Amino acid sequence: MRPAALQRALLTWVLLFAGAAGAGAQNATPGRSGAPAPSEVELERLTSEVASGLRCPVCQGVSIEDSPTELARQMRAVVREQLAAGRTPDQVRGYFIDKYGEWILLRPRASGFNLLVYVLPWLAILTGILVIVASVRRWTRPLPAGAPESARPTGSGHRTLTS
Amino acid sequence: MSWRRALIAAAVTLPLLGLLAFGMTRNPNAIPSTMPGREAPAFELVTMPLDEREVPETVDLSALRGNVVVLNFWASWCVACRDEHEPLSRVARAYEGRPVRFFGVVYNDSPENAREWIEAMGGQSYSALIDPDSRTAIDYGLYGVPETFIIGPDGRVRHKIIGPATEPELRARIDALLPEAT
Repeated sequence: MRPAALQRALLTWVLLFAGAAGAGAQNATPGRSGAPAPSEVELERLTSEVASGLRCPVCQGVSIEDSPTELARQMRAVVREQLAAGRTPDQVRGYFIDKYGEWILLRPRASGFNLLVYVLPWLAILTGILVIVASVRRWTRPLPAGAPESARPTGSGHRTLTS
Repeated sequence: MSWRRALIAAAVTLPLLGLLAFGMTRNPNAIPSTMPGREAPAFELVTMPLDEREVPETVDLSALRGNVVVLNFWASWCVACRDEHEPLSRVARAYEGRPVRFFGVVYNDSPENAREWIEAMGGQSYSALIDPDSRTAIDYGLYGVPETFIIGPDGRVRHKIIGPATEPELRARIDALLPEAT
């Protein structure tokens, strides 16, 4: 790339980032208790974010953001109202956990017995990788000098077909 | 098959099977309620007049301290609510004059439908309350109807009945709490 073109490209990227950072700064910060209420756009975004994590008590596999039921709509209105009053998303979630229990969260909190849900899959994947690595190494290990090809462990217990 | 492999396989699969077996003993539909034992959420709800002569009045839960309060959530579109209507009315009548108050909170329903339903069911011996936007229902952690909360004279939720309330259970719960009433 010629120096002038490179400079133009760099300038473009710098302006883009500066513009994005500026737009981000203009959004009201999510309300702390007693902090100014969020802007309309931010309020909708926060409402959507919190509602997407709360389970609909009627259609239980769906969030109150996605559920078409009347109760979900009413719960969503409670979320919006509390956020508009300056409560934080965590405080709003706390209100629903207080009323419905941990079950109201679509994703269980990673603590206590619930940790298993998050840890076990990774443990299983890691174990699987280790087993595969160990097996492949065993299968591809160089044979002792003079040993026939049929002495190679295949891992399947079957004999290999060799001429 | 070597014993070593068998042992490793068992060591891996048995705990997993144990965890799954434990999971099978739990009922995913039995959602535990956070309410029993805690202060009943406050409310001020307006009664729904059952005829033109009745004047709506405001019911404030805090003013009912000292009474056993039976708070039943119901709707005209709720099939199971039909089963408990007669027992609720009968028990409410049986405890008239004693420190026991019954209320039927209308849940996600129009007053017209609710009134028609009560009329079709032969009337109701206690007041129906209107809950705008289900705020009180959400405050009580309601996830369906019918649900009945029995609030003690101390203002705490003492029991939550999920599904149609029966006369024996209502009487047993109320009788157990009456000694505390003032």
